[in-house]
Amino acid sequence: MALAEVSGYSSVSGFGLFSRQAHFVDGPNHYSFGVKSQEFAVPVGVDPSTFLQSCSCEDGISIDMNHGTTTLAFKFRHGVIVAVDSRASAGNYIDTKEANKVIEINPYLLGTMSGSAADCQYWERLLAKECRLYQLRNGQRISVSAASKLLSNMMIGYRGMGLSMGSMICGWDKKGPGLYYVDSEGTRLSGWMFSTGCGNSYAYGVVDAGYREDLTVEEAYELGRRGIAHATHRDAYSGGVVNLYHMQEDGWIKVCKEDVSELIHRYRKGMF
Amino acid sequence: MSYDRAITVFSPDGHLFQVEYAQEAVKKGSTAVGVRGKNIVILGVEKKSAAMLQDDRTVRKICALDDNVFMAFAGLTADARIIINRARVECQSHRLTVEDPVTIEYITRYISSMKQRYTQSNGRRPFGISALIVGFDFDGTPNLYQTDPSGTYHAWKANAIGRSAKTVREFLEKNYKEEDMESDELAIKLAVRALLEVYIHTQYQPLTSGILEPAEVENIVAAIEKEKEEADKKKKATASAST
Repeated sequence: MALAEVSGYSSVSGFGLFSRQAHFVDGPNHYSFGVKSQEFAVPVGVDPSTFLQSCSCEDGISIDMNHGTTTLAFKFRHGVIVAVDSRASAGNYIDTKEANKVIEINPYLLGTMSGSAADCQYWERLLAKECRLYQLRNGQRISVSAASKLLSNMMIGYRGMGLSMGSMICGWDKKGPGLYYVDSEGTRLSGWMFSTGCGNSYAYGVVDAGYREDLTVEEAYELGRRGIAHATHRDAYSGGVVNLYHMQEDGWIKVCKEDVSELIHRYRKGMF
Repeated sequence: MSYDRAITVFSPDGHLFQVEYAQEAVKKGSTAVGVRGKNIVILGVEKKSAAMLQDDRTVRKICALDDNVFMAFAGLTADARIIINRARVECQSHRLTVEDPVTIEYITRYISSMKQRYTQSNGRRPFGISALIVGFDFDGTPNLYQTDPSGTYHAWKANAIGRSAKTVREFLEKNYKEEDMESDELAIKLAVRALLEVYIHTQYQPLTSGILEPAEVENIVAAIEKEKEEADKKKKATASAST
C-alpha cells in the first residue's frame, strides 16, 4: 500500500514479503540480511540452532562441523602479511590437505576462513559479490572497513542460528593497510595482529615473540611461515601447506605455498 | 485496500504527463542558484517575501543533509520535507555501514532513485521538486548536482532552478569563467549577480564559510551595484568621447 510504505508502517503478511524482498534487492542500499529478509529460503517452523544441537550429540548420527584450522595476519610497515594452513578436518578424518582458506575478493581485498568451511565459503563469496556491486554502483573500490562491516552485518542477521565463522578481512584502501577480524557472533575488531582457529594460541606465541613494527619484508614472510608451521606441529587439526600472501599498496601477491613438514625439518635445529 | 492503478502512465506519443506537470510545479517555486568554484560551492536562494506576521527565520530553503552535504530545492515545500528526511537518514545509514560520509554523487543518486520510484508505482504521484545538491566529498572535491521530478540527475558547474531559472542560467552561461572560479570571492559574486538578475532580496549559504549574515550579503550586493555604476559611467564616458 502506498500510504503505508510512505509512512514507514510495515504490514505483516506472507504475501507482502515477496514485494519487500524485491524492493530490498533493487534499492541502492540493501545491506540487510537476516531472519526477516532472508538471503535464502527456509521452511516455516524450522529452527536451525536446535537442529544443529541434535546433530552433534554422541548417540545416533552425528555431523561434525569442520572447525580445525590456524590462520594469522599482521600489519607491519610494508603492508599486511596473511598466512593460513590448509588442512580441512571432519572429526578425526582429514578431508583434504590442500584446502584453500583464503578467498581473493578482489586484487585489493583478501578474506581468511576458519570455522565451518561451508559457512566461510558461502558468506565470503556473498561478500565478494557485494563488494563487486558496490564497486559498480559507486565507481570506486569498497573500503576495508566497509567490507568487514558488511560481513559482520550478515553474521549479526543470523546470530544464534549456529553459524561458525572466524575471518580476517585484509586490504589496502585510501586509509592505508586495513585488517579486521569478523566472526559469526558479530564481533568486528580492527587491529594490528590476529590469529584464528584452534591452533591460534600456538601461532600467537610465535608471532608475539618475533613481531616488530619495522620488520623487513623477508623477515615478515619468515615470521608468518613460522607461526603457521609451529601451530600445525602442535595442533592436530592444522596441517598441510602454508599459504602466504602479502598485501601491498598496489594489491596482494601470493608469496609462497610451502609444505609444513619441510618447514619443521628446516627449523628442527632449535626444537626438541 | 490497495491502490492498484498507476497515476503516471505513458501517453500515446511517449510522454509521462504527470512528470511534466510536476516540472511545471517546480517552475512556480522560488529561484535557487548553485555555483561550483574550485574550492567552494555556493547555494543561493531567492527569499520569498514573508507575510507581515510571519517569523521569517522559520522559512528555510537551504537544508543540511549532513556535515558535508547541503541542498536547496524549488517546488512543493512539503514534498521536499519528505525527501530531505529520507536523505538525512540515508546519510547516517551510509556512515554506519560504510564508516565514511556519503559522496555527493551517492546521495544524489539515492534521492533520484527515490524520485524515480514514485513515477513508477501505483497510487503515487511524482515529487514536485527539483533539488540542487552541493557539498564536498571526503577527498575534498566540490560538487554540484541537480535532480528533477523524473529522477534524472546531472553534475553542473553552475545551474539554477525554479521561477526564472532560464534567465538565470543564461546569465550564468554568459558570465561563468573557469579562471574566476579559483577565487572564492568571485564565485560568490557570480552567484549573487545571477540572483540579482531576477530578484532583490536574497539569502545565501556558501559552504566554506558557513551562512553569510544578511549584513554581509548587503555588502556584497552594494559592492556589485557600485561596480555596475562605475562600468556604466565608463561606458558613457567612452560613448561621449567617441561621438
